Amino acid sequence: MARAVTTQHKTIATAAAWVVALLIFFPILYTIITSFKSEQEAIQGFALIPSGTMESYAEVQAQSGYFKFFLNSVILSVGSTLLAILIAVPAAWSMAFSPTKRTKDVLMWMLSTKMMPAVAVLFPIYLIFRDTGLLDSRIGLTVMLMLINLPIVVWMLYTYFREIPGEILEAARMDGASLWNEIIYVLTPMAVPGIASTMLLNIILAWNEAFWTIRLTTTNAAPLTAFISSFSSPQGLFWAKLSAASTLAIAPILIMGWFSQKQLVRGLTFGAVK
Amino acid sequence: MATQQTRSLARFMMAPSVILLFVWMIVPLLFTLWFSFQQYNPLNPIRNGFVGFSNYALFYSNPAFLSSILNTLIIVVSVLVITVVGGILLALLLDQPIWGQGIVRILVISPFFVMPPVAALVWKNMIMHPQYGVFADIARFFGAEPIDWFGQHPLIAIILIVAWQWLPFATLILLTSLQSLDGEQKEAAEMDGAGFLSRFIYLTLPHMSRAITVVILIQTIFLLSVYAEILVTTNGGPGYASTNLPFLVYQKALLEFKIGQASAGGVIAVILANIVAFFAMRAVGKNLDK
Repeated sequence: MARAVTTQHKTIATAAAWVVALLIFFPILYTIITSFKSEQEAIQGFALIPSGTMESYAEVQAQSGYFKFFLNSVILSVGSTLLAILIAVPAAWSMAFSPTKRTKDVLMWMLSTKMMPAVAVLFPIYLIFRDTGLLDSRIGLTVMLMLINLPIVVWMLYTYFREIPGEILEAARMDGASLWNEIIYVLTPMAVPGIASTMLLNIILAWNEAFWTIRLTTTNAAPLTAFISSFSSPQGLFWAKLSAASTLAIAPILIMGWFSQKQLVRGLTFGAVK
Repeated sequence: MATQQTRSLARFMMAPSVILLFVWMIVPLLFTLWFSFQQYNPLNPIRNGFVGFSNYALFYSNPAFLSSILNTLIIVVSVLVITVVGGILLALLLDQPIWGQGIVRILVISPFFVMPPVAALVWKNMIMHPQYGVFADIARFFGAEPIDWFGQHPLIAIILIVAWQWLPFATLILLTSLQSLDGEQKEAAEMDGAGFLSRFIYLTLPHMSRAITVVILIQTIFLLSVYAEILVTTNGGPGYASTNLPFLVYQKALLEFKIGQASAGGVIAVILANIVAFFAMRAVGKNLDK
């Protein structure tokens, strides 16, 4: 059955793939390398071997309090995702298990809210936030990020829930399981993987959201996106520090992302490509 | 099977999501629509009032407006071409049997997880900086004059950065689609003597067409609102050379406090997005039916 794969073919493909992959990854790799250089080294021209100093990391924390922004990013992304899951699970559940004629329209409409350009509502949202004292507050931004990702969360959960066979529920009921037992012993174990996948992707999306997080915060609630953007006005040479801050900002989510490739495809194509 | 009781329960379960999204979509949008017909300047409240369509006229007569729409479209189309063509080529390459496939995939997908401000700053300072960037090092190595990317070719620079962020996404989706292609079909085509090119045109490409459509539609949604990449690199300049519609609206609203004009721009952005959304909905909707 198997096509005979010649070693030569495989060698060429491997070489080509690795070259392209390293080129694509290079900006990230070079940032990580530079973060272990001193500021002096960083501007001395191209060099792949750093001296290995950690001074940039120490300075980023000392000067700008990196940890506070990191904590805000964690709170905002995890908080908004949990909130979205809480609101979306019942909706996705009812759409998957007792669909009506309008279910599809509701799903489509939810998706369409995702297409509204953020700038179109920038000023009203800004006013609402200002007048309710939500500007630069973690609560306000958590709700904001929840609303932005809610359509994707509902959609993803819906595609996962739809794959749970309804007959299992009936069988459990026939065996005399109470509603409570049904939820704990039958539904939850089957729903958990889908919920976990959805959470993973949405934490990533919320972590990287870079419009509202920049515009609606100043210091208190500012996450890493706002922190990094503040580096855009340079104060002298800061290559190594910028690299250290960047590495810290992307490392956790990069690692999470590597584990979420499948969910990413499914979540961002709304189940159209699996 | 659905009784009256389960149906009302279902409605009750859906209510929070639906109501929240409805409020979140409608209320601010109505505000924007209202402001777009008002003269409204929070710094100069005396002259505030209804002004009809003059905000639209002002926004339209602003030379930055047409160029911002043009820039928006240039960014969307260029990035789409680069990522879709590049994505297909990369997906074909990664679909081959290679050593270390898992690691290669991780390397290729990584840029997608980099937050936009980091991506933009890294490219601006480490890669494209006219003095200290890697591109400048390469240019000097070959004895050429380094290019001042953000001064001379700001739009190209931004397109490069955004394309770098979205190429992984296109590649991953297209690769997933490619891997679901039936191996037997491929073999049969090969047995029949179909060369690589005709196999690609008559078998692979049609199979990937739905994934390509999805990639184009989803990316368009995000590309229409590129923002952070412009903010941290060129800030829209020089002049308006790299200002897109979202960035122009942001400038009008939060820097110049011309809320009326900004709102008019926002309404235009909504119309633009709706045209795209119309096609997007139809395509995604079709995929739901299967």
